[in-house]
Amino acid sequence: MSQGDLLHVVTADDISDRRRLFGRAIVWGSALVVALVAALQTAQHMGYADFGFQTWRPVLYAYIFWAACLCWSQVLIRGEHGKRTLFVLPAALFVVSLTVFPLLFGLVIAFSNWNLSSPLGRQFNGLDNVRQMWADPFYWNALRNMVWYTLAILVEYVIAFALALLLNSEIRARKFFRVAFLLPLMLSPVAVSWMIGKSMLEIRFGPVARFARWLGWDNPSFFGSPEVARFTIMLLDAWTFIPFMMIMILAGLQAIPKELTEAAKVDGAGPWKSFWEVTFPLMLPVSITAILIRIIFKLKLADIIINLTAGGPGGATDSVTSFIFREYRDRSNVGYGTLLAMVYLVIIIIAMTILMKVADRFARPRT
Amino acid sequence: MSEAIFRDSESDRAFRAKRFTGKALIYILLIAWAIVCLFPIYWTITTSFKTAPNVMQGALIPWVDYKPAWLGWRSLGLSPETIGAESTVRDEFMKRFLNSAITAISASTIAVILGSLAAYGLSRFSYRFGFMRNSDISFFFLSQLILPPVVLALPFLVLYKQLALLDTRIGLILLYTLTVLPIVIWIMRDQFESIPTELEEAALVDGLSIWGAFFSVILPIALPGMIAAFILSLVLTWNEYFFAALLTSTHANTLPVMVASQTGSQGISWWSMAALSFAAIIPLIVIGVVLERYLIKGMTAGAVK
Repeated sequence: MSQGDLLHVVTADDISDRRRLFGRAIVWGSALVVALVAALQTAQHMGYADFGFQTWRPVLYAYIFWAACLCWSQVLIRGEHGKRTLFVLPAALFVVSLTVFPLLFGLVIAFSNWNLSSPLGRQFNGLDNVRQMWADPFYWNALRNMVWYTLAILVEYVIAFALALLLNSEIRARKFFRVAFLLPLMLSPVAVSWMIGKSMLEIRFGPVARFARWLGWDNPSFFGSPEVARFTIMLLDAWTFIPFMMIMILAGLQAIPKELTEAAKVDGAGPWKSFWEVTFPLMLPVSITAILIRIIFKLKLADIIINLTAGGPGGATDSVTSFIFREYRDRSNVGYGTLLAMVYLVIIIIAMTILMKVADRFARPRT
Repeated sequence: MSEAIFRDSESDRAFRAKRFTGKALIYILLIAWAIVCLFPIYWTITTSFKTAPNVMQGALIPWVDYKPAWLGWRSLGLSPETIGAESTVRDEFMKRFLNSAITAISASTIAVILGSLAAYGLSRFSYRFGFMRNSDISFFFLSQLILPPVVLALPFLVLYKQLALLDTRIGLILLYTLTVLPIVIWIMRDQFESIPTELEEAALVDGLSIWGAFFSVILPIALPGMIAAFILSLVLTWNEYFFAALLTSTHANTLPVMVASQTGSQGISWWSMAALSFAAIIPLIVIGVVLERYLIKGMTAGAVK
């Protein structure tokens, strides 16, 4: 991205020293208020004195006050430039305070034994959680499952591409089909897990089970064996998210100029050849974006599993998120769960970085 | 017309037959997938009008296979006979519905406001926050997408407990805003980059300030994009389950949590579950059908250059 303003504005700011001083003063003053309130609260928390605080809310209010002062002072100190900063600053402050701070806090929790229901409170236990994780077969199993779930995206991609091609051909009632294909994405995973997972896949009288029997599967059970259960979860998740990839690919298809495919036709390429030689290469960048975003969404997969199988049978369908969710629900051990989540985050960051690097090289047009 | 003077040659007719079968195949595939997409919804609607024997028989078509009854909706207090009467279940349902609506709408609104401002700033000016330049700031915002909710969930649980934000709508709204903000920024950056800067330059020459130009010139042009971002956020936040299940218990429960808590109970009453599920998804179905254009716009932002 180029540096230097796209929108170049020259303004003559006439900022007096007193104004600048006042701007600095409110930032540091409000920061002092935050520090003071935090110190008082910590003192009370440690048991040195009682100031009558019920919760940590005052610190929160002080922090919000500081954030507002910071925004205001930007205008005071830097004038017109400060007004520009105001576009980005609120969002940046919001994200930083809601992610960076909890993440740092999470790092502290991750290395402690903290059962929320026990009166002992947080106890630092060093690397015990790491050792426990290393020996926890269920966590590794959940990670392995995530690999399987992620690989299923390739199949979803093929289906989504096929559907997009269908929608892009000359058909009537295109809008109807587009809306119909889009609807699964609208539905909440919890409702889906009930509507399909519990109701339609019901072994005795669910319509899908009936259909399976009619096809000759004598004793359909969709959550009995580990493989089948995992496959069912993949199917349900695919059902909800295929529309997402389909819409992106469809947009890509519609952006391809008609002349290109026509030129290929004139040159004597059949539909098969023109797809592989013209359409598919042109669609590579869009495809890669769609797959990457889909992977990001897939890594958050949990709702369906929590509601449908609760990880069963024997942890075969667990995703990392659902595993940690149950770990917390069953044992309310915050420390161990946080460590697992942190490890997961590190793995994701490494994997996504590699993936994006590879994708970048792959998608770059060969010249 | 016994004999046409101009006839298609033999090869042309073969081509037409091939074309026809091709068309037929396309339609068959389209209809098959449409059934795959729509049948679960149809099944849920019809099940909400079934009674126990109908469910056991696996009846499919109302009025043919079975006689529709208001059983499921009565248990929610939403059938014609019970709609006027007092109903605790309905009150419960309405409370959850309201919670979902309030959290989803406020979180989406905040996210669209914050996100649009940030995206506009990033697409127009160059910033330096410490070592971070524009591309770094953009990347910082977008990288939040990768952050899985589970990483934030437990620290937030502990923090919220200290801050007395557990089981409050405000707590959920804050988190939901955080989760959809990167998506909004992505969509809006795409929007603003497609608007030429000459427009603001003209407005600035005419004496407007930067913020004035933003509100009176750029905002109206970018409005469709903002609606798209808002609707996409609305869908994501309405359906959110994970945070809601962890961070709420009695007061701020959202609709997905209510649906989920019913599924675990013994002896599922299919009709009432179907009615509840359907009531939970109907707002989004309406949005999907009516505002499909905006949704697609939101989803494809940034994908096609």
